[in-house]
Formats: sequence, structure tokens, C-alpha cells
Amino acid sequence: MQILLTEQTVERMRHAQKSTQYGSPLGRGDPPMIGAELFPNGIARYLIGGLFIGGGAAVIYLATGIIAGASTFLESTLSYVSKVPRFNRFPYVNSRDWRVVFTIGIVLGAGVYALIWQGGAWTTEVQWWRLLGGGILVGVGTRLGKGCTSGHGVCGVGSLSQTSIVNVATFMAVAIGTAQLVQALGVSP
Amino acid sequence: MSDRGPGFYLAILVGGLIFGFGLGYSHMARPEVVLNFLQFDDLGLLFVMGGAAVVTGITFAIATKTLDRAPLTGREYLRRTKSFDRNVVVGGVVFGAGWGISGICPGAAYASFGIGNWPILWAVAGMFIGAYAQGRLRSRIADSSAGPATAD
Repeated sequence: MQILLTEQTVERMRHAQKSTQYGSPLGRGDPPMIGAELFPNGIARYLIGGLFIGGGAAVIYLATGIIAGASTFLESTLSYVSKVPRFNRFPYVNSRDWRVVFTIGIVLGAGVYALIWQGGAWTTEVQWWRLLGGGILVGVGTRLGKGCTSGHGVCGVGSLSQTSIVNVATFMAVAIGTAQLVQALGVSP
Repeated sequence: MSDRGPGFYLAILVGGLIFGFGLGYSHMARPEVVLNFLQFDDLGLLFVMGGAAVVTGITFAIATKTLDRAPLTGREYLRRTKSFDRNVVVGGVVFGAGWGISGICPGAAYASFGIGNWPILWAVAGMFIGAYAQGRLRSRIADSSAGPATAD
């Protein structure tokens, strides 16, 4: 009897551990609410994270007047090692140093989150060829389309720029179609 | 640059730290979370982008109306406006396909490395390859019809 109880307890602890691992840092223990199917992890982590993302962009904007996007880093950093004229245009060479600093900040900021809330490193299960292949298309698309999720999605939409809203609507629709197609083809994750 | 002292780079670093922390906290740095959103399994990502855009929107609106010039650069406060052309749509299509396949975008990729997700280096390498390929191609094509240079 005692052994049985112990086993149950261990099982319960395991379960609790698992839900902690995947649960929201703040939403843990939240009562179930309407829209639980659409938001199985609640909305707190998403909203709070989003406010921080906007806050980071706002700090840079207020201090420097610069509207920071994450993807120009790709081209401006290439100017350090490539002589291709496109990467060596003045706006890129002139901004490449602070873009490196911005990117280091992003890495370190996420690292702070990982150390305090995540309890160490987390690695993806998404297959390497999806990351590499998708990454190549992202690299082409973001530079062709003049921005990415942060430049167009956060700052452009925040500026009510029609160019950005068209770009975001386009990539959102295509991304939804693509992800659902990949899932339908049985690729997971 | 004369207008870029330690204070300038410190502001960029602090902004980047907050930005990256938000990407980690929102879980957008995890490709699985983005893919779950795109597959309609968890629509929480709407609040990440929406929340961020509301903050920048309010900041831009107040700064452009009430503030003069940025203290660390003397820059005027402007909105993010980019000219519209066909590339905005074509680029959006290509970006969307890549985002849908990989579940990762540039800022989230840097943050993903920060949360210890080393396989994301595949995606970062891919982004550099893609950016290099388009830059090389466009430099070759656009030598004759070079448009005004922009950065974002």
C-alpha cells in the first residue's frame, strides 16, 4: 500500500514537472477560460513578451531616433567581409557597428530570460533542413521586401505604414498556407 | 562617428537586451511556437506582434508630435515609411514561405541562439546565404538602375 502511494506520488510529481516545463511562467494555474482551444497557453506570456519587444524598440527610438529592424543586420554585417556593392552602400556601412551591438543585445537579453525563467538551454525539435531551407528564403525575402517581422511587423505597423501593412498581410497569409501545407505533408516537427 | 559615443552604443545595447528578453519571454524565439501559431494550434503570437506594435505605435505618435530631436544623435523623430513597389509583395511571399517552413525570422533567430537553441545556427546561416545571394544578384542587375539606398 505504501509502495503504491509512493508510485502515485512520483507519477504526479512527474506530471507536475512536465506541465511546469511547458507551461507559461505567469499563466501557471490560471483557471480555464473562454478561447482555451485558441489560446491553450493563455495570453500572458505572449502579451508581456510583446510589450518588452516594443519597449526595446521604443528605448532605441527615443534615445537615438533610429527605428531598429533585425534583418538589415544580415546585409550590413556582410559588408565587413564582402565587396559586393549592395552591402557596401552608405546606410549599411554607416550602421553596421550598432547593428552588431543590437544583435548582441538581443542574444544576451534572450539569454537572461533563459537563465532566470527557462532554467537553462532549450533546443528545437524542428529538423535542420527546415531551418536551413526556410532560413535561406527568409534571408532573400526580408531583404527583397525591405524588412521583416520586426521592421515591418512591429515598427512599420506601429507607424501605420501602408507598405508595411501590405508586406505583413502578404507574408502572414503565405506563411499560414506554407506551414499548413508542410504539416499536411506529414512533416513534423 | 562623432555623434556615436559610448552613450549611443549603450542605448542600442539596452534596447537590444529588452527586445531580446521579450522575444525569449514571449516564446517567439522557439520555432515550434511560431509553427503552432501558423497551424492555428495556438494564436497567442497575435498578442506578441500586436502588443509590440501598440507600444511602438504609441511611442512613435508621441515622439513625432511632442518631441524635438533624439538626444544621442540629434536625429529628427520620424515614422517608418518605406516606398511601395512590387518587391514589397514579392519579398513578402518569399519571406512568408521561409517563415512557414522554418518557423523563424531574423530577430527571433538571434534570440533563439540566446536561449541556448544552437540548432538555430542552421537558420542563421541560411539567412546569411539568402541575404548574400539576393545582394549579389541585385548588385549585378541594378548596376545600371540603382535606386536610393535605404536601411531599416
